[in-house]
Amino acid sequence: MHSSFPYLTVLILLPAGAALASVLIPRHMEPRARNAAIWTCGMGGSLATLVLAAVVAVKFDVHNPGYQMVTRHLWVSGLGISWHLGVDGISLFLVLMSAVLFPIALVAGRTRPNFHMFVAWMLLLEAVCIGAFLSLDLILFFAFFEVSLVPIYFVISSWGFEKSASAAVKFFVYTFFGSIFLFVGIIALAIVHQHDTGVLTFSLPALRSTHMPYYVQVLLFLSFTAAFAVKAPVFPFHTWSPDAYAEAPVGGAVVLAGVMAKLGTYGIIRFDLNLFPRASVNLAPLLLSLGVAGILYGAVVACTQRDMKRMVAYSSLSHIGFVVLGLFALVGAGLSGGVLQMVNHGLIVAALFIAIGWIYERRRTWNVAGLGGLQKPAPVLAAVFTIAMLAAIGLPGLNGFVGEFLVLLGTFIAHRWWAVVATAGVVLAALYMLWTYQQAFHGPVDKEVEETTRDVTWRELLVMAPLVILIGFIGIYPKPLLDRINPSVNQLVSQVDKAAGLRAPALPARRAARVSGAVPRRPGTGKSVAARQRAGVSGAASAPGKLVVSRPLRPGGGGLGVAGGQGRSR
Amino acid sequence: MIGATGITVPALNYVAVMPEIALIAGALWIMLATAMSPRRIGSGASLFWTVAAGCVSLGFSVWQWEGVTPHGAYASFDGAVVVDGLSAFVAMTVSLTVIVAALIEEGWMRRRGQSAPEMHMLTLLSAAGAILMGAGNDLVVIFLALEIMSIGFYVLAAYDRRRLASGEAALKYLILGGFSSAVFLFGIALTYGATGSMNLAEIAKYLASNVLLHDGLLLGGMVLMLVGLAFKVAAVPFHFWAPDVYQGSPTPAAGYMAAVAKIAGFAAIIRIFVSTLQPYRADWQPAVWVVAVATLLVGGVVALVQTDIKRMLAYSSINHAGFVLLGVAAATTAGLSASLYYVLVYSFMVMGSFAVVSLVGGPADTAHSLEDYRGLYRRSPWLAWALALMLISQAGVPLTTGFIGKLEVISAAAAAHLVWLAVVAMMSAAVAAFFYLRVVMLMFSPSYGPPAGAAGAVDSGSMVAGGEGVPEPGSVAEGGEGVPGPVGVSSGGGVATASLHGEEGIVGGGGDASGYDAVAGEPAGERIPVPLSTAVALALCSGFTVFFGLFPGFLTAMVHVVTTAIPIH
Repeated sequence: MHSSFPYLTVLILLPAGAALASVLIPRHMEPRARNAAIWTCGMGGSLATLVLAAVVAVKFDVHNPGYQMVTRHLWVSGLGISWHLGVDGISLFLVLMSAVLFPIALVAGRTRPNFHMFVAWMLLLEAVCIGAFLSLDLILFFAFFEVSLVPIYFVISSWGFEKSASAAVKFFVYTFFGSIFLFVGIIALAIVHQHDTGVLTFSLPALRSTHMPYYVQVLLFLSFTAAFAVKAPVFPFHTWSPDAYAEAPVGGAVVLAGVMAKLGTYGIIRFDLNLFPRASVNLAPLLLSLGVAGILYGAVVACTQRDMKRMVAYSSLSHIGFVVLGLFALVGAGLSGGVLQMVNHGLIVAALFIAIGWIYERRRTWNVAGLGGLQKPAPVLAAVFTIAMLAAIGLPGLNGFVGEFLVLLGTFIAHRWWAVVATAGVVLAALYMLWTYQQAFHGPVDKEVEETTRDVTWRELLVMAPLVILIGFIGIYPKPLLDRINPSVNQLVSQVDKAAGLRAPALPARRAARVSGAVPRRPGTGKSVAARQRAGVSGAASAPGKLVVSRPLRPGGGGLGVAGGQGRSR
Repeated sequence: MIGATGITVPALNYVAVMPEIALIAGALWIMLATAMSPRRIGSGASLFWTVAAGCVSLGFSVWQWEGVTPHGAYASFDGAVVVDGLSAFVAMTVSLTVIVAALIEEGWMRRRGQSAPEMHMLTLLSAAGAILMGAGNDLVVIFLALEIMSIGFYVLAAYDRRRLASGEAALKYLILGGFSSAVFLFGIALTYGATGSMNLAEIAKYLASNVLLHDGLLLGGMVLMLVGLAFKVAAVPFHFWAPDVYQGSPTPAAGYMAAVAKIAGFAAIIRIFVSTLQPYRADWQPAVWVVAVATLLVGGVVALVQTDIKRMLAYSSINHAGFVLLGVAAATTAGLSASLYYVLVYSFMVMGSFAVVSLVGGPADTAHSLEDYRGLYRRSPWLAWALALMLISQAGVPLTTGFIGKLEVISAAAAAHLVWLAVVAMMSAAVAAFFYLRVVMLMFSPSYGPPAGAAGAVDSGSMVAGGEGVPEPGSVAEGGEGVPGPVGVSSGGGVATASLHGEEGIVGGGGDASGYDAVAGEPAGERIPVPLSTAVALALCSGFTVFFGLFPGFLTAMVHVVTTAIPIH
């Protein structure tokens, strides 16, 4: 589907151009005018991107599950690299979320020294992140995926806190190390495809039909996943994240946790599942286990943190675990939930980091031990924090609930015991969040503190308002999102099932029908009835038959433990 | 490889060696003008003639290229010199390198208040050797070219004669280089003994039509030639000279040597091994694999522990040599394309890096500790950006030439079923990313280094109170090796001050620079004066790195033309 106007290319070039413009503003201008010019550049660029992203969302065809607004130009002819962009239901909301979060992150970082560079790096990062979400060429994706490290490196190391320089290097090198596996994997895949067809290309739709031996698929799957797991971060590869999140400036932490972490999970859904369906199905238990381990480990460690920023970092690990769980459930509900949860987590973690940034501005500490009683002098701040916190916990009516519910629903259908264990993460989330809230906002309050601490200003509230509104809106009415996510996700699931089923004797149709038909009737995850109904409405009523909840077909003789045995045990 | 071997009077087609002639003529002209002119020829004039010679040589090599691409290769001088895609490519690359190197050398001398034409002359002469090495189709010619190039390098390394380290580097380079040349020569002799010819075309013809029953002699010759060339390109385990020589040599010369020696060395490796000794690929290829892996790993890992930026860049150049070798080890058309592309873009990256190092090193060319880069961004933001770009490109971050180079090499290796070598290479690249970033981190960190007193003890931080470049006698830590006299003369650019080492100076000496919060009000230190010529060179290198990183099509197509002409079976 060709559109006349290259929306997606402009969507990438717009923030990049604004970044360039903010660097080129002459140094000799009068400081006030110069700051205003930089500010106009930054906000103008990012808001224009937001408007354009909204236009893309409006023009997006709800009923088309494939890539839309595709642009394709050959970039490096000798190497078969092309400027190949497209958007589908999976990437649409990630792009929108990025477009929402970057202006907010910019405002949150407004008082930095060397402001023009901050604006330039952030806008460049926006261009690169949106580019990565839109790329349909593997090398193009890799280029965006890698280049994103440069601006965030400078943002963390230049405007971060005391140990930011070493945290930034740790982050850069750690992710770079993960990426080399992706790099070699992409090239190996293209070479395999070249041997197969004689065409050297890095285009995702072309590479999807590559024939390769099963062990090659597994190796490539692992190499791709290594990079994505580091970036996300998935449980054992997360060690860079608490440092990087804690040392980054507020604006940097927002985009790092909100947008850049999604590059990893997005990579999993876009490339792992698309390119290596059989390996994905067979190795799903491994990734599910890592996801669950991340959920529990992140939650437990978050409980022990006194430092609020590190607490959010570990809670983020836990939430990313939910995303991974949803993706590797490999059923419609789980994947939809995973995609939605990516967006949700971006919004929630941004709100949390900004609220914590406010607290730091007032009290100069991240440590809950040094806080206490904040609610009294700053009730609005407390209210905003409460909303973000409750969304993170997964309170029905806020966006976190919808995503987590769908994830757990999907996982329960396909891999029951992982879902059961993961539910513990929800409980622990309530524990560490409420605990932190209690220590920071309640309790006795110093007289002096009460007098000196001011509440949030209107301007600050204006920054937070879009996040709170979106958190509430998605929580109450996720239909517009799910309507667009579901077709793409269902197409992906059916592709995965088909590819994975090639080797296996087809699952008896009767059983598949029984499983998918049984979903509405089977009590799921122990959530309240009202909550279940709401999610049911959001999925079923919006697009009947679209939220296909089917078991993935498993290759026969896989013998993959609990999951494999479940179908029989029923 | 195209053997037009006449037995009678050799046809002397001077067109085949026009680039070399242009460079040598330039060098001779500068030498004559210096000797004959009644007044002293300034380095500005010699810079002009050097760049002019480089441009003429570039013009001739482009002309050769234009002739070769449609009409095919031809040999001259009794088949001893060949003009083909590879030779024209080497000539173009080396000519460009000469131009950039001359600009950097000029800036370096300006800052020292010197104006002497010798450095430019040596650059031209050694470049002529390098171009001839790419064009040599006879083992003896290749050897002679190698020596022309190397002797120029030895003298360049010793150029900074007042600094002990420079002489030491040159001596080390001379002895080890002489040794490796002897090994190479012995390899030539053995090969001659085995095949009965020194001409590569003859050797190839002989090997194609005869099967050696006892090939020990040839194998021995191959090993020795590989060792000799591996020494020149600083491949492990023949790399030990590189860090010492790079550290001791004048900084611009180090960058130039790193670039040109690799171009010429790899051209010879490709011509001798991949092209001529193709039938013996099964014998030399494993050896190249081993050398490549060792080079990648040693270069990457040992660079981690370096505290001197020139040594670090030396090990990083070893690491890059490993990447180029990986392309050679693949021994496919794609592999050779990748190698040539890599070595081309690497020369610009390394010369850009050394250009910045030559300025930060100060007039005495001694401030090369990594600590000297702390807070460079606050002192000279443009220099910091330029070096950051060069290092990021060397790390292989996308949208730079370094990324495309790595992409090509890894693709070629994977296509040649060397996936595990590719993985090793990328791991070493990840390790390398760390030490590049460490420099970037230092440059962009707020300059709250050790207090001025401590800094003075370590690297002779002179404190210039905003004056007009007052030299600080006795503040040179290296045993008085610094250049006496008015070293602080500011360059033609007219930048206000030049401290002895470009070291962070603290106005009034009272400011306490320790502590994070003091950053905003802290004097940023002396801005490093950037001579115009170095700025031009940096702009060239940066522009090249970014432009061809974004649009690599032209270069990849060009190297592809070169390598498709090389017969690979």
